[in-house]
Amino acid sequence: MMLKALATSAVALMIAAGPALADTADKRIALSNNYAGNTWRQTMLQSWEKVAKDAVAKGIVAEATAFTTAENQVTEQAAQIQNMILQGYDAIVVDAASPTALNGSVKAACDAGIVVVSFDGIVTEPCAYRVQVDFKELGRKQVEYLATRLPKGGNLLEIRGLAGSSIDEDIHAGILQGIEKHPQFKIVAAVNGDWTQTVAQRAVAGVLPSLPAIDAIVTQGGDGTGAAEAFRIAGRPTPIIILGNRQDELAWWKQQNAANGYETFSATIAPGIATLAFWVAQQVLDGKEFPKDIVAPYLTVSKADLDTVLAATQPGGVANVEYSQADAQKIQAAK
Amino acid sequence: MTANALPSRNALFSRNALLSRNALRAALPAVTLLLLLGTIFWIQPRAMTPFGINLMLNLAVPIVLATMAQLFVMTVNDLDLSIGGFVGLSACIGATWLNQTPLLGVAALAACILAYAGLGALIHLRRLPSIVVTLGMSFVWLGLAVILLPTPGGAAPGWLKSLMAFKPPYLPFPILASIVIALLVHVGLMRTSYGAILRGFGGNPQAMRRSGWSSLRATMTMYALAGLFGVLSGLALLGISTSADANIALRYTLLSIAGAILGGCEFTGGRVSPVGAVLGALTLALAGSALTFLRISPDWQVGAQGAILIAVLALRAFVVRKED
Repeated sequence: MMLKALATSAVALMIAAGPALADTADKRIALSNNYAGNTWRQTMLQSWEKVAKDAVAKGIVAEATAFTTAENQVTEQAAQIQNMILQGYDAIVVDAASPTALNGSVKAACDAGIVVVSFDGIVTEPCAYRVQVDFKELGRKQVEYLATRLPKGGNLLEIRGLAGSSIDEDIHAGILQGIEKHPQFKIVAAVNGDWTQTVAQRAVAGVLPSLPAIDAIVTQGGDGTGAAEAFRIAGRPTPIIILGNRQDELAWWKQQNAANGYETFSATIAPGIATLAFWVAQQVLDGKEFPKDIVAPYLTVSKADLDTVLAATQPGGVANVEYSQADAQKIQAAK
Repeated sequence: MTANALPSRNALFSRNALLSRNALRAALPAVTLLLLLGTIFWIQPRAMTPFGINLMLNLAVPIVLATMAQLFVMTVNDLDLSIGGFVGLSACIGATWLNQTPLLGVAALAACILAYAGLGALIHLRRLPSIVVTLGMSFVWLGLAVILLPTPGGAAPGWLKSLMAFKPPYLPFPILASIVIALLVHVGLMRTSYGAILRGFGGNPQAMRRSGWSSLRATMTMYALAGLFGVLSGLALLGISTSADANIALRYTLLSIAGAILGGCEFTGGRVSPVGAVLGALTLALAGSALTFLRISPDWQVGAQGAILIAVLALRAFVVRKED
């Protein structure tokens, strides 16, 4: 009797002693990624690699491999996810090529008892989790920041992202909401910069001659220095340009600040959001319950920490933050 | 006596050899597919269940249909570079009009097939190179799809979803579908007299015209069939993915050409093999799975897929050279 009780408590102790090794030590997680051709995605894959390797070394999960499709094609990613189902992964983390066209494969994965967590490029299939930043909020915040800098308002130039993507629509909607609240601002022109400096520069240079004085530029990230370059070449005064945490943008800010005390606002989604998706998948496998839609904070770089962030960001990279298991647990507790 | 006997023995010998080489050539796609399947089952036994086969092959059904569409165009010595965009447009129509107002959807899909027949007529009458016309049309199809569905979305009609999720009792659905498609096209194109005439236009169009057959009608028939199978491919793809995206099938253009060639079709001469093309399309669809299961880095996968293609074609060239 006594012995049995002892044995039971010993087992209970063992379970209590190793929460990190808990129930996911034999679980395997796969990352399905559709594209690796820009700095944001490269930084994202590096973050995943770092956090996943650490988690495997600590015995939290058995495996966490990243797979990138050879071509950015929806059908290829759908096949990739179906192969992952066959390979017996317990959870699949997805940066999706399309919010809708993978739904069939995602549903098949859910039906096979696999946890699916999408992030950045999310999927609309209800059985999957979505880890996303509030892009509308990001758009609103830009106008709110401008309202503190230019209380009297002024003319805005809007640089939009890749036409047709949900991210572009959301940031744009947020900016419009901000302007509704601060009607002293007026968008006098909008161009598509595709989140790429060279495209943004060409687009801005194209409309610049026809524009009145521009007080500020609202952007989506990856387009700030392109816009600045277009203004410089045209010989027009540099407006307040909202930035998106790219290394070249932050470096440009620092240089401008040193020359004339330039101030602005810089924020975007951190590529490390992949690691938050990883921890959410691990926690769900551990039996924790999460809401299907998880909103992560976006990363803001302020003047105060410009130097430290810039030092930590590689040329051609994006300012980044990696998440820990505790961050995922915090989100779960906040639910 | 011997002088008389010799040539006939030679003829007999070469006829036998020709037969076996033809058999070899026809067997090549099947052998490739079986080798690939064997490798997959060996590395990943989980794939050897009806569930596994379904998962690995369900995305192959639209590829098989697109390959058939390409085969029809190839039969009359043309090449279709717009099939990927066209399949995407069909999927977009299916996810929007066909779902909300079925009548309009059916009319639009029928119009697409007619447009394909018209394209065939244009290429034939104006003697335009099909590659240029279809390359241009690929942008038209993609543009129409983007206009119809600017952001990814829409929903597949319920009947389409349940059709693609259909689980027949003995055979996995993708295999059953492939067999039905292969038999249908094989009988239609290889076993009927009009099928022989259509292929004849690929082999020797002048002779066919002299015997009084309309080459315009033949070309339009083949393009209309290509359109029909393109539409079917789009609907099958939509049924699996449950919603559409204008860019959903851009890869199918090259996959369909590669599938047909892998299956023993030739770019010229009306020399096609529907059964082989179905096997070729299945092989291409499975090659990705095999490479993933072998844990070959995705960076190398495209290259590896290309290497498989070249290896099979080299093998075929080897067999054909022996023929001469």
